[in-house]
Amino acid sequence: MNAVPSEITAKEMVQPISQEALAKRMRWQRVGDFVAHRVTMLFALLVLLLLVAIMASLVLGALPAFQKFGFGFLSSTTWDPVGEEFGALNAIYGTLVTSFIALLFGVPVSFGIAVFLTELCPNWLKRPMGVAVELLAGIPSIIYGMWGLFFFAPFFAEHVQPVLMDTLGQLPYVGGMFQGAPMGLGTLTAGLILSVMVIPFIASVMRDVFEVVPAVLKESAYGLGATTWEVMWNVVLPYTKAGVVGGVMLGLGRALGETMAVTFVIGNAHNIDLSLFSPATSIASTLANEFAEASGELHMSSLIALGLVLFFITFVVLVIAKLMLMRLSKGEGRST
Amino acid sequence: MNTMSEATKLHIESPKIWVKNLDFYYGSLHSLKGVNLQLAANKVTAFIGPSGCGKSTLLRTLNRMYDLYPGQRATGEILFNGKNILAKDQDLNALRARVGMVFQKPTPFPMSIYDNIAFGVKLYEKLSRSDMDDRVEWALRKAALWEEVKDKLNNSGLGLSGGQQQRLCIARGVAVKPEVLLLDEPTSALDPISTAKIEELVDELKIDYTICMVTHNMQQAARISDYTAYMYLGEMIEFGQTDQIFIKPQKKQTEDYITGRFG
Repeated sequence: MNAVPSEITAKEMVQPISQEALAKRMRWQRVGDFVAHRVTMLFALLVLLLLVAIMASLVLGALPAFQKFGFGFLSSTTWDPVGEEFGALNAIYGTLVTSFIALLFGVPVSFGIAVFLTELCPNWLKRPMGVAVELLAGIPSIIYGMWGLFFFAPFFAEHVQPVLMDTLGQLPYVGGMFQGAPMGLGTLTAGLILSVMVIPFIASVMRDVFEVVPAVLKESAYGLGATTWEVMWNVVLPYTKAGVVGGVMLGLGRALGETMAVTFVIGNAHNIDLSLFSPATSIASTLANEFAEASGELHMSSLIALGLVLFFITFVVLVIAKLMLMRLSKGEGRST
Repeated sequence: MNTMSEATKLHIESPKIWVKNLDFYYGSLHSLKGVNLQLAANKVTAFIGPSGCGKSTLLRTLNRMYDLYPGQRATGEILFNGKNILAKDQDLNALRARVGMVFQKPTPFPMSIYDNIAFGVKLYEKLSRSDMDDRVEWALRKAALWEEVKDKLNNSGLGLSGGQQQRLCIARGVAVKPEVLLLDEPTSALDPISTAKIEELVDELKIDYTICMVTHNMQQAARISDYTAYMYLGEMIEFGQTDQIFIKPQKKQTEDYITGRFG
């Protein structure tokens, strides 16, 4: 169509547009482009601005606590609102341990779900299973908390904890982690509830990235005589590792910041105990529990400082994930 | 006896693979219809025919790759060394270790060149480090790739050119020492120089392996194959020695396709 050589046909097809009209149009287009450029940039900058604003207010709010306690705030286990002595270690410990437990159980299970859904699941079951996983992701966290408190914790106390005490609790070294009063509330329960909460996130990300692996790549591994497991572990997983790590980090992010569900089942006690059965606290649940009744300025400031620490932990996790990815791609020999 | 069976009848002494009355279905789509074929050991057999005629499907039955997908099934018999591989009790992984496959697009695994080769070998053999080194070198030499990659075995296979990647895939298939190599349009994504290299390679590999390849390139089939099978709409129209097929085809249909007067 374009570049019609004959002058006659060209005239017949389009009325030539006048120079002025063309110039006018071009001007408007330039204005439109300019506005669009500025508006989108403004939106993008807004994100940056919000980030800086949140950081600034956290730092400002936390300043009194850090002035009073210095870096000892991070290593102290005292949390005494009456005596106005505050240390963050209890909450940091609880946050890290519950998140670790969440990933410890959540990642392998998610991997299994994703492998089943992409490779082994019969077609008629794929849709319902996929939808079920996504529904699990959509359940509000307060529901998980209630379910954990009213159903899971009593069940756990009655049927699981005694068994754990009699088996794992008898082992040297790790035994101490599985002893104590079987109350159902505590670090382990919180970690397990968290793992249920992160599984749908990690599993659906893994499923999505596994699904985009080219069929011929899998077929060529099967063609060498590899089993489904060998194909998944040696070919699909390395091929999709960026997405998989991303999914795990998404889950970890949720576990670190999860508030309601953890508050319900962790027991909310400011202590560090080797036993995973004993009640503890996490940063998010401490904040949720105490913000409303924080009396003194120092108490408030210490809570904000806890928030800052959580912010920092999340940031560090992201950095570690990036570094891990870089190392992984080195191991596979992608860099020269 | 009709002419079709005449045209596909060719006796081969002790064939490596003997396909008997093979029918194949994608769900309800009947895509191979009563195919009979014998693949001679240590020869190259080419499958030609227009797109959708079933030649890739036929190739994928020979290592039962179709088994990965529910709803695809084959009936009939495929004798591999005299044993029916379509039988229910056939161990698929063992079969695929003996019938290697290379695809149209190069598919290096996301790992180093060395590990790409070692991956398949490790599945079935426990080799010491030095034996594995030898095997990797052997396979890469077989695929005429050794000289180009010997100094960068630890680099990613993804960093090679398309032609090199395809030879890497052939080396990977060769490394597990299969008996049969299935090549599914191995050169259609490559430039002429890489194509020539792979054709030379096929010619050398047939000393040790039985090779079966699908190609859209008539000249390629004529150049490197010993036997040619012409398929159309799921049926084996003509099968015979390549010289005969190309110089004096028995069926008008075959002649039309080969000379480009098809359709």
